[in-house]
Amino acid sequence: MAAVEQVVQSEPGTGRVKMRGDNVRVYYGEKQALFDVNLDIYEREVTALIGPSGCGKSTFLRCLNRMNDVVEICRVEGSITMDGQDIYAKDVDPVHLRAQVGMVFQKPNPFPKSIYDNVAYGPRIHGLVSSKSQLDDLVEESLRKASIWEEVKDRLDAPGTGLSGGQQQRLCIARAIAVKPEVILMDEPCSALDPIATAKIEDLIHELRENYTIVIVTHSMQQAARVSQKTAFFHLGNLVEVGDTEKIFTNPEDERTQGYITGRFG
Amino acid sequence: MTDTAMTTEAIKQEERQSKIRANLKARHAAEKRFRSYGLVAIGAALLALSTLFFTIISNGASALFQTEVRMTIQLDSTLDPETMRAGDYQILIKKSLRDMFPDVARRDRKDLYAVVSNGAWYELLNHVQANPDLVGQTIEIWLPAADDVDMLMKGYIDRELPESDRRVNDQQIAWIDALVANDAIEKKFNTRLFTSGDSREPELAGFAGAAVGSFYTLLVTLALSFPIGVAAAVYLEEFAPKNKWTDLIEVNINNLAAVPSIVFGLLGLALFLNWFGLPRSAPLVGGMVLTLMTLPTIIIASRASLKSVPPSIREAALGMGASRLQVVGHHVLPLALPGMLTGTIIGMAQALGETAPLLMIGMVAFIADIPGGPTDPATVMPVQIYLWADSPERAFVERTSAAIMALLAFLIAMNLSAVLLRKRFERRW
Repeated sequence: MAAVEQVVQSEPGTGRVKMRGDNVRVYYGEKQALFDVNLDIYEREVTALIGPSGCGKSTFLRCLNRMNDVVEICRVEGSITMDGQDIYAKDVDPVHLRAQVGMVFQKPNPFPKSIYDNVAYGPRIHGLVSSKSQLDDLVEESLRKASIWEEVKDRLDAPGTGLSGGQQQRLCIARAIAVKPEVILMDEPCSALDPIATAKIEDLIHELRENYTIVIVTHSMQQAARVSQKTAFFHLGNLVEVGDTEKIFTNPEDERTQGYITGRFG
Repeated sequence: MTDTAMTTEAIKQEERQSKIRANLKARHAAEKRFRSYGLVAIGAALLALSTLFFTIISNGASALFQTEVRMTIQLDSTLDPETMRAGDYQILIKKSLRDMFPDVARRDRKDLYAVVSNGAWYELLNHVQANPDLVGQTIEIWLPAADDVDMLMKGYIDRELPESDRRVNDQQIAWIDALVANDAIEKKFNTRLFTSGDSREPELAGFAGAAVGSFYTLLVTLALSFPIGVAAAVYLEEFAPKNKWTDLIEVNINNLAAVPSIVFGLLGLALFLNWFGLPRSAPLVGGMVLTLMTLPTIIIASRASLKSVPPSIREAALGMGASRLQVVGHHVLPLALPGMLTGTIIGMAQALGETAPLLMIGMVAFIADIPGGPTDPATVMPVQIYLWADSPERAFVERTSAAIMALLAFLIAMNLSAVLLRKRFERRW
C-alpha cells in the first residue's frame, strides 16, 4: 500500500499530548451518542477519526472546540483537556477556545464577503492586528500557507463564494489559520470535492502538520491512511481502537476495525 | 416448449405495455385538467382585478379636471389686501358676474352667483395677497366653478330631466352655455385635488392633507415597528432558548397577526388617548396603533428571513471564535435584512390601507388643514376615501375614485419596491 509507505516516511510529531479526552460521554437529549471515549491527540500530528455514519466521530470532533454548546439538547460529560487545562471548565470562554482550536467544515462555507475579508475576519474580531499593512501581511501569509495565494492574489476583492469548491475549502483553511490556532479540526473537509481538489487539500494537510495539531474526520479510509499518523476507529458511539495509522491499517486488533477497513461493513 | 414460453412472455409484456399506455392517457388528461383549473383561477383573479381598476379609473379619471370660469375682476386702488375680509372678495366676484350678465333680474342673482364656487373668493384672496401690486388693476383670473356646474360640464347631469329634478336650473344652463360660447368656461387640470386639504365644497377638496397625514402616520409606524420587530425576531430566533415560554410567545405573535384591527384601535383609544393622554386625531397616535398591528407581520417575516440564512454561515462564524452577537451582527443580520425589509414594506402597505383602528382614535374628523407634524390633527388616505364616499354631493363620487387611485398607486409602488429589493439583494448558496 503506497499510502502506508508515505505514512512511514513522514517524521513523527513532538510526541507530546496536545488534547486529551477522558471518559467523554455525549448525550443528545435522552440519546447517548458517545460512550466513555478516551482519546489522546498528539501535538503536530494528524489524528484521523474514522468509522461508519452515525458512529460519533463528528460529535467527538465538535466537542474539541465546544461547537456542541450551540446545540441546546446536547450534554457533554467526562473531561476534555488541552495542554492539561479542562476546556469545559467554568472559566473557559468558548469564544476564546475557538480562537485556539480552529475548524474547517464538511461543506466549504466561506462568508459571502470578499476573499480578503474572509481571511481577515478572525484577526479583526479577535483584535490581533493593529494596522492595515499588518493585516495585509497576515492575509497574504495565511493564503500562502493554505496554498491558494497564487490563485487569488489578483482578485482579493472578489467574493469568496465565487471560487470553485476546492478553492473555497482552501480559503476556509486560510481563514482558520489566520488566527494562528494551535489545533485545527477538519470535519470531512474533502467530502464535497473532486479527487484533484482532494489531493491538494491532502498535500496542504501535510504541510500544515509542521506547525499545527490536526484532527480530521473522514469517510475515506484511503485518505486517513494517506494523511494521518494516528487513527481512531469509532463504532456506534464507542472508540473501538486507536493507534498508529500504519498499525490500524495493517494489523488491527479489533475484528470490527478489521471488518471496517477491509470493507465488510461501513 | 421454450418457444411457447417466449410467446406467452411476449404477450404478457404487450399486455403490460398497453395497460401503461391506457393509464398514461388518464394521467395526461388529469394533468391537463389541473392546468386548466389553474388557468381559470388566474383568469378569475385577473378579471376581478381588471374590473376593479376599470371601475375606479373610469369613475375617477374625470376628477383630474375641474371646470373653471374666467372672471374679470376690478381691483380698486382703494382696496387694501391686508385689511380686506372674505366678504369683500365675494362682493368683487359677484360684481364681476353681474357685469358678465347685466340683464339678470335681482331675484335670479342668487342663482347666478351659484355658478362660481362658494370658496372661489379664497383663491382670489391668495392671488391678490401674493401679488399686492395688482391692486388698482383689472385682472383676469380662472376661478373654480361650483360642483353642480362642474357635473353639468362633465355630463353627469342630464339636461333632459325636468327642471325640478335637476340640480342646475334652466337659467343657469343658459348662462353656462353663454360662457361656453365665449370660451369663458373650461375644464382645467385639477391641481387642487393634489395640493389642498379636505373641504365641504367638492370643487375645492383635495387629498393632500390626508396624504401628508398618511405619510406622518407611516413614518411613526416605521420608526417604531421596524426596530422593535427586528429586535424581537432576532432575539427569538437567535438568542432565546427553545422552551414552553418561547413557544407560547410564538403562538401569541401568530394570534396577534389575526386580531381584527378595530381591536387595536380600541386598545389605542383606551391606552394612548385615555391613559397616556396623547392628542386625539394625531398621526403620532395613529402610528402607534398601526405599530401594534404591523409588529406581528414584521416579526413573522423577519423570523422567516432569519431562518432562511444557512446554518453553515453561523457555524463558520462560531468556528472562527465569533461571539453570538458577532455572528448575528456580522453575518446573519446582513443576509436576512432584505427579507426583513420586504416584510416591513408589506406590513407598511397593510398599515397604509388600514382604516378601522384609526376611526377609534379620532382620525376620522373633518380636517381642512394640511398637518404640519405628527402631533397635528390629521386624517389618512383610506379614511379620506371613507369620508368622501359618505358625502352626498355627486362631485365627491369621482374624487373618491381619484383618491382610491392615488392610494392604489402608493400601494403598488410599495409592493413593487419590496419585490425589487428582494431581487436586488437576494443571495443564493
